[in-house]
Amino acid sequence: MEAENSMEKLLYDVAIIGAGVTGCSIARELSRYDLRVCVLEKDEDVCSGTSKANSAIVHAGHDAESGSMKARFNVEGSRMMPGLAKELDFDFIQNGSLVLCFADVDRPALEELYEKGKKNGVEGLTILSGEEVRRLEPNVSDRVVAALYAPTGGIVCPFGLTIAMAENACDNGVEFQFLTRIEEIRKMEDGYELKTNRGTVTARCVVNAAGVYADAFHNMVSGKKIHITARKGEYCLLDKEAGAHVGHTIFQLPGKLGKGVLVTPTVHGNLLLGPTARDINDKEGTDTTAEDLAEVQEKATLSVRGIPFRQVITSFVGLRAHEDSDDFVVGEAEDSEGFFDAAGIESPGLSSAPAIGVYLAGLIAEKTEAKAKNDWHGKRKGIVKPGEMSREERAALIREHPEYGSIVCRCEGISEGEIRDAITRTLGATSLDGIKRRVRQGMGRCQAGFCTPRAMEILANERGIRMEEVCKNVPGSEMLIGE
Amino acid sequence: MEKHDIVIIGGGPAGLAAAVAARKAGIQDILILERDSRLGGILNQCIHNGFGLHTFREELTGPEYANRYIRMAEDEGIPYRLNTMVVDINEKKEVTFINREDGMTTIQAKTVILAMGCRERPRGALNIPGYRPAGVYSAGTAQRLMNIEGFHVGKEVVILGSGDIGLIMARRMTLEGAKVKVVAELMPYSGGLKRNIVQCLDDYGIPLKLSHTVVEVHGKQRVTGVTIAEVDANRKPIPGTEEYYSCDTLLLSVGLLPENELTKGAGIEMNRVTSGPNVNDQLETSIEGVFACGNVLHVHDLVDYVSEEATLAGTNAAACVRHSEHKTPSHPVVLSAGDGVRYTVPQTMDIANMNDQVVVRFRVADVYRDRSISIYYDGVRVAHRKKKVMAPGEMEQVILKKEDLNRYNDLKEIVIGTEVE
Repeated sequence: MEAENSMEKLLYDVAIIGAGVTGCSIARELSRYDLRVCVLEKDEDVCSGTSKANSAIVHAGHDAESGSMKARFNVEGSRMMPGLAKELDFDFIQNGSLVLCFADVDRPALEELYEKGKKNGVEGLTILSGEEVRRLEPNVSDRVVAALYAPTGGIVCPFGLTIAMAENACDNGVEFQFLTRIEEIRKMEDGYELKTNRGTVTARCVVNAAGVYADAFHNMVSGKKIHITARKGEYCLLDKEAGAHVGHTIFQLPGKLGKGVLVTPTVHGNLLLGPTARDINDKEGTDTTAEDLAEVQEKATLSVRGIPFRQVITSFVGLRAHEDSDDFVVGEAEDSEGFFDAAGIESPGLSSAPAIGVYLAGLIAEKTEAKAKNDWHGKRKGIVKPGEMSREERAALIREHPEYGSIVCRCEGISEGEIRDAITRTLGATSLDGIKRRVRQGMGRCQAGFCTPRAMEILANERGIRMEEVCKNVPGSEMLIGE
Repeated sequence: MEKHDIVIIGGGPAGLAAAVAARKAGIQDILILERDSRLGGILNQCIHNGFGLHTFREELTGPEYANRYIRMAEDEGIPYRLNTMVVDINEKKEVTFINREDGMTTIQAKTVILAMGCRERPRGALNIPGYRPAGVYSAGTAQRLMNIEGFHVGKEVVILGSGDIGLIMARRMTLEGAKVKVVAELMPYSGGLKRNIVQCLDDYGIPLKLSHTVVEVHGKQRVTGVTIAEVDANRKPIPGTEEYYSCDTLLLSVGLLPENELTKGAGIEMNRVTSGPNVNDQLETSIEGVFACGNVLHVHDLVDYVSEEATLAGTNAAACVRHSEHKTPSHPVVLSAGDGVRYTVPQTMDIANMNDQVVVRFRVADVYRDRSISIYYDGVRVAHRKKKVMAPGEMEQVILKKEDLNRYNDLKEIVIGTEVE
C-alpha cells in the first residue's frame, strides 16, 4: 500500500483470516454492522480447508464437557441451524442421531452422556433399548444393547452452509480476497498490519479463523501461546444407492480419540463413513492411507450390518484443528487488544460456527462501537435446483432459460444453467472444485468422468480464460498441459 | 401424450443398429434419444482403427464405424433428438426426458430399447490411497479431451489397469509425445484384447506390470508421482515391493460399468455379475416390451458384437410391436454359468418361441489354456469344443439351435462351462 496510507487511516475495521465456515459465519454476523470488513483466504475459494472435509453433522451437543466453549456454542449453533437453513437456503435435515452402546458394562458411560447432554441443554434426549434401536434402524448391529437418541441431531451440507454465509456477507458489503496468504502480523498502535503475498492490509481488529494454521497467527501477536495439531480423519463416501442404509446419524460411544466412526446419510442421499483420528505434523496432509480406510470400514461394521462397501465412490481426508486445551479458543486474546481468536475449531465446529459468529461479532461491535446497518438483508437465495422442482416448474424454467434443459452432469442431473449460475453469482466458482461444491457437478457415481470436459469448457467460457488455465482448485492444479 | 412404437435410449452403436434393424423389419415410428450433441456414442472419440472387421470386413476407425450406422439411420429417415437426457422410464413404458427445446417431456412407448452403454469405474471405487490432485483421469475422459477437444492432458503418464481404453491411450499419448512409463495391472492377466497389448504396449516398449497396483498418489495440486507395488494372490500389496514413478498424470482403465440407473429405476430385474438387466433369448428384460443391447446389457469386447446384438434387439422389438399380444413362454429354460464361466447372456430362453438359433455370449473367469467349452442340458454334456486359450478380456460364444433343442421336451436348464482337457 502507498506510504501515505500508513499514516493512520486503516483500510478495514476488521480483517478476518480464513474463509472457512467459522470465518464466513463471523463475516456474515459482522456484516450486520456499519463496519468495513474483509476476509483474507489463502485458497481460491471459500470452504476449501477443514470446512469442506468433515462429517457434515450438526451435533445435538451431548458430547462436549459441560461448561466448555464447545458445549456452549454447539448447543446454541444447533438451535440456530433450522432457522438459518431457511434464511440462507442451504440443505439441512434434522434426522436425529443415535449413540450406540455395545456392552452392558458401558451403560454407565451412556447414562453419563445422557446426563451431560441434559446439563448442556440438549432437548429431547432418551435412552433406547437395543430392541427399540433396531426398530428405529433395522440395520443396526445385533450387538447393540442400548443407545442415546437425540432428536435434534442433524445433517447439513457443509459447503452449502459456508457458501451461503459467505455470499450473504458479501452481498452485505464484506470484501473477500482469495489466494491471499498472511506472512506476518504486526501490532500497531491502533490496530494490526497484515503482510500478505499480495500487499499489506491494515485493520483495527483481526479475527483469527485460520483453522489448522490459527496457532501460527495467534502466536505472532500474543505471548500466551496456543498449539494446534492437525488431527487427520479419513472418510469413505458411498453411492446414493446405499444412502438409505440408515436414516439416523449413528455414532459409537465416544472414546479417547474423539467420537469414533460414524455411519450417516448425507443431505444429498449418500452414505458417509468415518472419520479415523490420527495426529500428524503436516498441516496439508490430506492424503488417504490404505490402513485408515480399512479401519473406517472395519469400525463402521461394528455399528451397522451389511454396509455395501462395493458402493464406495470416493474417499477423502479432513484435518481437524485440535488445540492442546481440548476446547475452542474463542474471544479476544488476553494480551492483544483487538485480536480475536476463533481457534481450535474442531468437532463440533460446523455445528458451532453460527453461534461463534454471533458471539464474536457481538464482542467486536461492542469494542468498535459499531452501529447496526439499516439496510442489512439477511436472506439469501441459493442456486435453483431443477431436480427438486415439480414438473411444471421445471418445464417453465427451461422454457425461460433453455440452459436448464441441458444436462451436463449425468449422475447428479446437473444442468448447464446451474453450473453457469455457480460461476456467475456472488463469490462465484473460479475452479472445478468450486463448481462441484456449489452444485454437485461431478460428485456422483462416475466422479466427473463424463462431465469434466464440459464443465471445464463452461468455466473457461464464463471466466474468459483458456482451457489450459482451468484449475481443479488453486493455481498449480491445472487440468491440462497444452493444446 | 406423444406416442411412439419404439423409443431407443442412446444413439451409440447399439442404439443405431437397433434402430436400423427395427426400420428394416417394417416399423415406421421410431425415436432415438441421445444425450450427447451427436450420434455415435463413445465411438466418436475412438479415433484408432480396428473396428468393423466382422461387420464390414474392413478395418475402420471408431468415427468411421459410427458414421456407417449414422448414414444408414439417416438414409432410413429415423428421427432422433440430440442433447436429450432421459431421466426416467417406468413399467408402463413412459419415458421422461429433458432437453433445451422440449423442456421436460414424457412420451409413451409401445416398446423401449435400452442402449445407454457403460461408464468407467472411477478412482474412488478402488479407494486408491494418497492425495487427490489434478491429473488423475479415467482413460476415457482423457481420450475425450485429447481426441474431441484437442488438448494434452499430461507429459509423463502412468496407467493403472490394462483395459482396452487404457491400452489405446498408452499408444495415443506416446504418439502425441508423452512418456508412458508403465501400465500396472492388478490381476495376473490383462483385461484387454491381446492385439491391443501387442500393438499399443509391446510395439512402443511400454512395460506392462501384471499383479501390480498403485498404492499411493503423490502431489497436492497436480500429480507429481505414484507409488506402485506388487500384489499377492489376494490382491493385497506386498510390503517392500514399492516403486516410485514420477509422473504428472495417472490414467485409470480399471473397468467399465453398464449404465443402468434408468433400468433400475424402472424396476427391471438386474444381474449381479453383468451389472446389466437379465434378458431372455429375445433380449427382452423382465418388463415386457423393454429390450436391452450393447454395453448396457453386458460390457462387450468388440463393437461388431454390439451391432450384431443390437440388430437382434431391434428386430425383436419390431416383432413385439406387430404382435402386441404377449406370448407366454411355453417352454422356458434357464441358462446358467458353469465352471470357469462368469455369466451368460441371455439368462433365460423359451424354446417354443425362439428364433432358429440363439447366440449365447459369456466371459470366462480366468486365463485358461487347453480347456474346452461345454454345454450341458440338465446336467448331461451335449456339446464340447476345445479352445487353445481363453481370457476374461475376450467374449466367448456358443450357438444353440432350435432344431437341436426341440428334441429335448423336458429340458429345464442349460449350463455353459469350461472343462479341463
